[in-house]
Amino acid sequence: MNPFNYDADQLLNVAYQVRRDIVRMVHAVNSGHPGGSLGCTEFLVSLYFRQMTHKPEFDMNGIGEDLFFLSNGHISPVWYSTLARAGYFDPKELATFRKLNSRLQGHPATEEGLPGIRIASGSLGQGPSVATGAAQIKKLNGDDKLVYVLTGDGELEEGQVWEAAMYAAHHKVDNLIWTVDYNGQQIDGPVDAVMSLGNLRAKFEAFGWKVLNCDNGNNFASLIPVLDEAKALSGQGQPICILMNTQMGFGVDFMMGSHKWHGVAPNDAQLEQALVQLKETLNDY
Amino acid sequence: MKDFPYSESKDTRSGFGAGLLELGRTNPNVVALCADLVGSLKMGDFIKEFPERFFQVGIAEANMIGLAAGMTIGGKIPFTGTFANFSTGRVYDQIRQSVAYSGKNVKICASHAGLTLGEDGATHQILEDLGMMKMLPHMTVINPCDFNQTKAATIAIADYEGPVYLRFGRPVVPNFTPADQKFEIGKALMLNEGKDVTILATGHLVWKAILAGKLLAEQGIDAEIINIHTIKPLDTEAILASVRKTGCVVTAEEHNYNGGLGESVARVLAQQLPSPQEFVAVMDTFGESGTPEQLMEKYGLNEQSIVSAVQRVISRKK
Repeated sequence: MNPFNYDADQLLNVAYQVRRDIVRMVHAVNSGHPGGSLGCTEFLVSLYFRQMTHKPEFDMNGIGEDLFFLSNGHISPVWYSTLARAGYFDPKELATFRKLNSRLQGHPATEEGLPGIRIASGSLGQGPSVATGAAQIKKLNGDDKLVYVLTGDGELEEGQVWEAAMYAAHHKVDNLIWTVDYNGQQIDGPVDAVMSLGNLRAKFEAFGWKVLNCDNGNNFASLIPVLDEAKALSGQGQPICILMNTQMGFGVDFMMGSHKWHGVAPNDAQLEQALVQLKETLNDY
Repeated sequence: MKDFPYSESKDTRSGFGAGLLELGRTNPNVVALCADLVGSLKMGDFIKEFPERFFQVGIAEANMIGLAAGMTIGGKIPFTGTFANFSTGRVYDQIRQSVAYSGKNVKICASHAGLTLGEDGATHQILEDLGMMKMLPHMTVINPCDFNQTKAATIAIADYEGPVYLRFGRPVVPNFTPADQKFEIGKALMLNEGKDVTILATGHLVWKAILAGKLLAEQGIDAEIINIHTIKPLDTEAILASVRKTGCVVTAEEHNYNGGLGESVARVLAQQLPSPQEFVAVMDTFGESGTPEQLMEKYGLNEQSIVSAVQRVISRKK
C-alpha cells in the first residue's frame, strides 16, 4: 500500500512543486541536470505518491517494500525532491544540493546516509544489474514486493545493461520493472544521431521481456495505467520493460525537447522565467 | 628456524570451495554467484547442496558485480567467483561505484591470481589486482597462503560487514597452517622469530619465505618470517615491531612491485621507521605462458630470490 495513494490531481500538485525544487536546486549551485529531471517528474512522483509500497522511515533492506533504483543518477534533483516531499527528509535539506558536506551529492550516494538511497549511481549502466539482484533476493526471501529501476535511453549504449537484460529474462526475474526514459536526447545530441538504438521494443522483446509503451510519460493519465498494467503483468515469468516517452525539460517551455538543458543550470533571469510557469503548490524549501 | 610440517599439498581455491560449503551450512544468508567458472572456483559442492542460493551469471562479470551489490539489499551476503583478472580489472568501475562507494557487503572471491595459473599466459594472469583493490576506500584485501588459511579466511569474511577482496590461486602448495587456526582479518601471523631480517610474505610466497628461511639459517642468518595475509588493513604494529628489532625488511608477493604489499610496507616505514627494504615481486611486466614453477623462477618469485634479497638488504643496514 502506498502511504499517499494520490489521485491524478494530487499528483499534479506534487509535480509542480517538484519541478520548482529542481530548477531552484540547480540554479542555486549553477550546476546539475534539469532536463532529464523535469522529464521524469511524473514518473518519480507516481512511484512515490501512488504506485509503490514504501516507508519514508527508511530501511536499507526494504523488506516488504517496493524498491526503486535510479540508474541514470545524474537526474538526482528529481529524486531528491520527490524523496523530500514524500517525507524521507526535510525539504529544507534540498538547499544543500551539490554543496560541500551535503548528503545530497551531485549523483546519488549512500556514503553520507541520505534516506531513500540504496546504491550509488552516476557511472551509467549499473542500475539494472543491481535492481535484478535485489529482485532475486526478494524472491529468495519470500517477499512479494516489486523492484523498479529507471535508466536513460542514451544509457542503453552501455553494454552492461544488456548483460542484465539477458540475465533477468533467463532467470525469470518477473518482479522487476525497468523503465526507460525514452526522451531521445543525450549529451552530444539526439540519440538517433549519437548512437541509434534501433527498434528498442524489438530488442527488449528479443531478450525475453514483456514490453509496454507509455505514449506520454509527462501526463499522469497516460502514465498511471501503464504503471498499473506493468504491476499486473508481474509474477508471470518474464521481467517487464516500460518504454516511457518523455520530453526532456518538460514543464519549462524554453527547456523542453532539447538536449541543451541536459546538464546546464538556468541563470537568474531564466529561473524567474521558469518559476512563473510552475505553481508553488507546497511550500518552497 | 622452526619446522613447518605438512601432510599434503593442496590448492588454495579448494580451500575457498570448502569454506563456501561450510558457510552454506552455517550461515543461511550466504549466497554465491559465478561467471561460468564453477569448476575452476571449486563451487560445485555449494551449488549441489544449496542450488537455490546459487546464481549462474554466465560470461558477464560486470553484471555479476552489480547483481551481488543488489543482493546485499535484503540482507544476503553474496560471494562472487571468477578469475582474479575478471574479478578486478574487468569490473573495476562496477566494484568502485556499486560495491565500495556504496559500502555493500559483497565478497569478491578471486582465483587464478598471479603468475601461477601458468600456461594460459598474461591475459589470464593478473599482477595488478592487489593494487587496484587496496586503493578502493572501504575495501578489505586478503591474500591467504594455503588451503587451510583460505578456507578459514572464506569463513571469516562472512562475519565481517563490508566489501572484501579475497585472492587465491590454482597450484597446489604445502598445506601447513593448522586446520583449526582462526582467521583474524588484519592480524599478521608470526611464523618464525628472528633478529637479522624481517621477511613479510603474502599468498604463495609465504611458503617460499619458509624455504628461504631454512637456506638463510644454513648461512647463519636468523630471519623473522611473518605471514601478511591481509594487505588492507595492514598490521602496521606487527610490521613496525619486527623491523625495530631486525632493522631491515624484505617483502615477497606474487604481484607487480607497483601497488602491492611491498609498497604498502614502504609507506608505513617511510612515515614511521625508515629502514632498508628489498622487494621480491614482479618488476612491472606482464606474465607469459609456462609452468608455474618456470614462471616463478623466471620472474624471481622463489626462495632463491628471497635469499638474494635478504643478502642485499642486510648489506644496506647501517
